Amino acid sequence: MKKRMIAFVAAMTVLMVVGGYAADRQKLVWLQWSNEPQQKNIDAVVAAFQAKYPIDIEFDFKPGSSEGENLVKTRIAANDMPDLLTYNSGSLFQVLNLEKNFVDLSKEPFADKILDSFKSVVSSGKGFYAIPYQPIPVGGILYNKKIYAQLGLKIPKTWKDFLANCEKIKAAGKVAVIASYKDDWTAQLLLLADYYNLQTAYPKFAQDYTANKAKFATTPAALRGFEKIQEVFAKGYTNKEPMSTTYDMAQSMLANGEGAHYPMATWVLSAINQNFPDKINDIGFFAQPGDSADKNGVTLWMPTNISIPKTSKQIVAAKKFLDFFISADGLAAYMSVGAPDGAFAIKNVKMPDSLFAATKDAIAYIDANKTAPALEFLSPVKGPNLPQICVEAGLALKTPAECAAEYDRDVEKQAKQLKLPGW
Amino acid sequence: MSSLTSKLYSYKFFIPAAIVYALFFLVPTFLSFFFSLTIWTLSDWSFTGLDNFRIFLTEPSLNVGLRNSLVYAVSTCALKVIIGFLLAAFLCTNLKTKGFLRSIIFFPTILSTIAVGIMFSSLMHPSRGLINVALAAIGIHGPDWLGDPKMALFSVALVDVWKGVGIAMTIFIAGIQAIPPHYYEALMIDGGSSFHKLRYITLPLSRSSMNSVIMLAFIGGIRSFDLIWVMTKGGPGFTSDLIASIIYKQLQGGFYGISTAGNVVLFIVVSILAVPMYKFLTKVEVDL
Repeated sequence: MKKRMIAFVAAMTVLMVVGGYAADRQKLVWLQWSNEPQQKNIDAVVAAFQAKYPIDIEFDFKPGSSEGENLVKTRIAANDMPDLLTYNSGSLFQVLNLEKNFVDLSKEPFADKILDSFKSVVSSGKGFYAIPYQPIPVGGILYNKKIYAQLGLKIPKTWKDFLANCEKIKAAGKVAVIASYKDDWTAQLLLLADYYNLQTAYPKFAQDYTANKAKFATTPAALRGFEKIQEVFAKGYTNKEPMSTTYDMAQSMLANGEGAHYPMATWVLSAINQNFPDKINDIGFFAQPGDSADKNGVTLWMPTNISIPKTSKQIVAAKKFLDFFISADGLAAYMSVGAPDGAFAIKNVKMPDSLFAATKDAIAYIDANKTAPALEFLSPVKGPNLPQICVEAGLALKTPAECAAEYDRDVEKQAKQLKLPGW
Repeated sequence: MSSLTSKLYSYKFFIPAAIVYALFFLVPTFLSFFFSLTIWTLSDWSFTGLDNFRIFLTEPSLNVGLRNSLVYAVSTCALKVIIGFLLAAFLCTNLKTKGFLRSIIFFPTILSTIAVGIMFSSLMHPSRGLINVALAAIGIHGPDWLGDPKMALFSVALVDVWKGVGIAMTIFIAGIQAIPPHYYEALMIDGGSSFHKLRYITLPLSRSSMNSVIMLAFIGGIRSFDLIWVMTKGGPGFTSDLIASIIYKQLQGGFYGISTAGNVVLFIVVSILAVPMYKFLTKVEVDL
């Protein structure tokens, strides 16, 4: 009996010690995407942070795309937000009522390190509310270098050259343009990444579009995006089963040389690297060609972000984490497990030499300053049905002009919801 | 009967159920009528009158959606009734393996719709899917089940029937077993064949279970959402959109007011179709 008593007391003591130790460490909850391709890099940053500070980070996962957005909106309405949140930048983030729901970071010492172009897409006019969480994604055409070498093709600078390349690839019995419309969001890329070309033809488009003065259907340069989606299908350059091909299958087709081109942004590179590490450097990148060879550039997305909801009870600790994330130590940890798939939206970061070939190609455009931000970062007007409308264009169910008119109607809802003037 | 009930059970017993019903059904229903008239962001709202209804009803995909919902509801309902009835009649005979067969046919019902959707999406892949591989083995070139705009809706309807026919069959079995055996005995004495048995006794006397199946399958079909969402997301383009998937897309876009207005429209459509149908069906019912 006595022995048992001793054992019990000993056990309790151990529990108390462990409990006391755990209580010394703070815990932050981070609402994170469940399918983050760079989770390995993020885990490395978290591990380095936990080693340096007495703060633990626990992940709570959410789905991507609009399901995740609804989850976050619901949790904001229910006052049930975590300490850290991963979210899209630009119009999607700005509808969350930033001033009311998130902690302003503009007075923080780390604020100066972040690029102004990024701050503007996580701001509501006053201050800014998040730090960049990934490298900057670049939209354009990813291509298989082996196919280009075999067929002796050159990187196209105009849409016409691009089609000529496609013709040769088709003649060689390969898929010229990979279409993965089973994941319908991927159908939008030829349109969205054409924004550099649209902007060079019509520099004020975003402004006029927001003010309800310019439309996709009546702006020839804007209509080109829909036309390009249809053209690659109508000429037989796409794979035979676009509606059954997923984003994952498309990656495998590109990496294994079944398909030559995949219109996509560089965020896909980490995923390809995860599944086909020995093939990643067979993949290159070039800007989506426009109509003239001397105006050739890329469309930039803004990286997703991490923010601190105002309802967090541990704002000081959460700020420490953000500070660490973009510090030299944080970035070193990020890059310790694999190269980033693009440039960071943080000033003066030295990139490692082990960058993927396609990332190097993409960064060259940024260094040459041949970039335009994607439309969604310049205008809050984005319709929810764009993926399906692009699929309609991509399967030639409707003409490009009909698709453009349909999309113009679709954005009306968003404009009204945001109560924009002129709608 | 009613006086007996009120003597035995006090109305207090009714209160817990009433509270739950009011809290989770009545209050949200009336709130949704209200929010359908507003621009709503979950945390605040402003009144816009009938604008949401105008936007929803002029949604370009809506006429496709309405037509698809009707086609989907009618075709799944008809197939479930016919196949369900025949299976039930067959499995009410003195078959040795009938318990086993009943379980097999009922089994898909207990599967998660999402799992069924994912499974059939891969089975229906045009070149690598098991269905088309099997068809190719006997020399038939199978269609692109989910990728062909003309096929997609019907492919999903077929899967819905596969999944839901078990419930229909079970209801029919219950109805058929409730038919008193003396009707059959009378028919046998009169020298009727087994076709006569099916046509003149089983079919008319399982009318009430048939009504339940029709109502359940039709309303289920009209508001069907999960299977189509997993398998096609309303695609290709908008060709297999149903009313419910259009509403869900409004919700996904963050247009909570418009999607609530869409739900009010769906509620009205279901009522307009279901109430007269129920009245008609109960009129032709026969008492055992």
